[in-house]
Amino acid sequence: MLKREGQVRIPSGCAISAVTDTLGKRFSGTDIIDSIALMHDRSNGLGGGFAAYGIYPEFKDLYAFHIFYDDNDARVKTEEFLFKHYDVEYFEQIPTRKISSIGKAPLIWRYFGAVPISKMKKNDYDDDEYTAKCVIRINNEITGSYVFSSGKNMGAFKAVGYPEDVGEYYMLDEYKAHTWTAHGRFPTNTPGWWGGAHPFTLLDWSIVHNGEISSYDANRRFVEQFGYHCNLQTDTEVITYLFDLLVRRQGLKLDMAASVLAAPEWTVIDSMSEKDKELYTALRTVYSSCLINGPFSILVGSKHGLLALNDRLKLRSLITAKKDSKIYFASEESAIRVICPEPEEIKAVEGGVPIFIPFAEVNG
Amino acid sequence: MKITAGKQGFQTLNEQVREKLSHFDEIEIEDVNGQRYIGAAMDKGKTVRVYGTPGNDMGAYLSGGKIEVFGNAQEAVGNTMGGGEIIIHGHTGDTLGYAMRDGEIYVRNRAGSRAGIHMKEFENMHPTVVIGGITGAFLAEYMAGGTLIVLGLGREKGQEIVGAHCATGMHGGKIYIRGEIPQNNLSENINVSELNEAETAELYKCVKKYCELFKEDEEYVLKEKFYKLSPSSSRPYANLYTKN
Repeated sequence: MLKREGQVRIPSGCAISAVTDTLGKRFSGTDIIDSIALMHDRSNGLGGGFAAYGIYPEFKDLYAFHIFYDDNDARVKTEEFLFKHYDVEYFEQIPTRKISSIGKAPLIWRYFGAVPISKMKKNDYDDDEYTAKCVIRINNEITGSYVFSSGKNMGAFKAVGYPEDVGEYYMLDEYKAHTWTAHGRFPTNTPGWWGGAHPFTLLDWSIVHNGEISSYDANRRFVEQFGYHCNLQTDTEVITYLFDLLVRRQGLKLDMAASVLAAPEWTVIDSMSEKDKELYTALRTVYSSCLINGPFSILVGSKHGLLALNDRLKLRSLITAKKDSKIYFASEESAIRVICPEPEEIKAVEGGVPIFIPFAEVNG
Repeated sequence: MKITAGKQGFQTLNEQVREKLSHFDEIEIEDVNGQRYIGAAMDKGKTVRVYGTPGNDMGAYLSGGKIEVFGNAQEAVGNTMGGGEIIIHGHTGDTLGYAMRDGEIYVRNRAGSRAGIHMKEFENMHPTVVIGGITGAFLAEYMAGGTLIVLGLGREKGQEIVGAHCATGMHGGKIYIRGEIPQNNLSENINVSELNEAETAELYKCVKKYCELFKEDEEYVLKEKFYKLSPSSSRPYANLYTKN
């Protein structure tokens, strides 16, 4: 039986990595696999995953659902739901390679669908809200079914295993994306299972995270008031919902959401101009339950772009580098150098200071 | 004697390094990228030259040996080192000289956050860290002893020499900073003062060595005034929870 939280304690590790092309040029998953593979020793084989943006240009206006099923029964029930709620244009089993180190896998399917016009007329909310509701419903109500990716022209791929094996398993060398993120997991406190691997996603959001969130329960209680359900037995999930809530639903700019999660300290706010003082005091007051405490470095993918953020006390390493049109992030400098031996600029991401790389229009 | 690291893991590489060091006093490791623990616990009389980007905990528990890196180093260089010398011709990541007890570290460029965290001294053991560039947040957190020098060379406009929360929880040792210290970044309970004669002599000796190692102009470096940071109390948190 899997050990539950509190019964097991494993020292912290984890690795994260990302590459994005600022011109929107697409490239294969080989580089991101090599980068995360270099940090093999930061993971323990209990989870690896990737998010890729710009991978489904042929279906770019459709929601791409990646779903794990425990069994065929879950698949039948979920498909019944999906076909009722979406015009599904194409679906298939996600192709995988046999990899000896990847153990028993769930059934893994993907579906590309649009929200039917008839549905939209009935609802007073938009496609994204409709889809978020559908995803939350499937994950909550259909036993043995877990939607682990639901954005447009993007996809998450994850499993229990080392990340380089997970990348090979999903044949990511055969996909092309303009932005890739990756995670190697070393679970602390909670069990390693397929759904618990990173990235955590909702709509276009994807989060890979190195660290742990001491404020998890405060954050969870807050997002659950807005209809989200945290049921994946891991802390990172809640960060995904915080971004979705703050940016998509409440209309905050992404960098402002970042400064809600890693809020400036009061002493810093004291030294701001009157206008900023008022703004950041208001943000900290209204969103005090969204403050993330504890050590973290995260890479957040979204339709807006790629965001890198470190906790305010800088308790996790995160390096960024630049070369030509590409920008790199990784927990260790060597994980950048393995795919970019001579970067033009290489520096640390500072604590609480977000770095945002907007996505370009996708080319080719 | 040369070893090529390439893509091998840290275990096989370090086994090779130790094997070679049992026959040779000096070795070079080429094409290093990310392998951890290089030169860990290496004894006096042994030298390792590293080409590339060594992984975390390089020179951990270093015990008198010498490591020279032609490139950048990552996190926790010289973790708990008890003697010897580490020279880095580039920058380092976070927690440089973590809990270091003796020996010297010279870094040409910047260091990440928490450089000198919990450095300590005891009787005739006295660690020294010299950082040529700037440093990140929490410089010398919980510092208990030894000497830390920050030169802030090659700074871009607007860059501060030390990051926020400098010397948080510092309760021993000395930090010498070249030029003005950004007051907002300085933790409470830290005194800023001028260097006395003995301290100036110590500073000059270290600056001279830095300039020799990295071909910097000593006169230029020393033209700017240095300030000393030291703890106002050896127990900064003595009254945090109870008055005693």
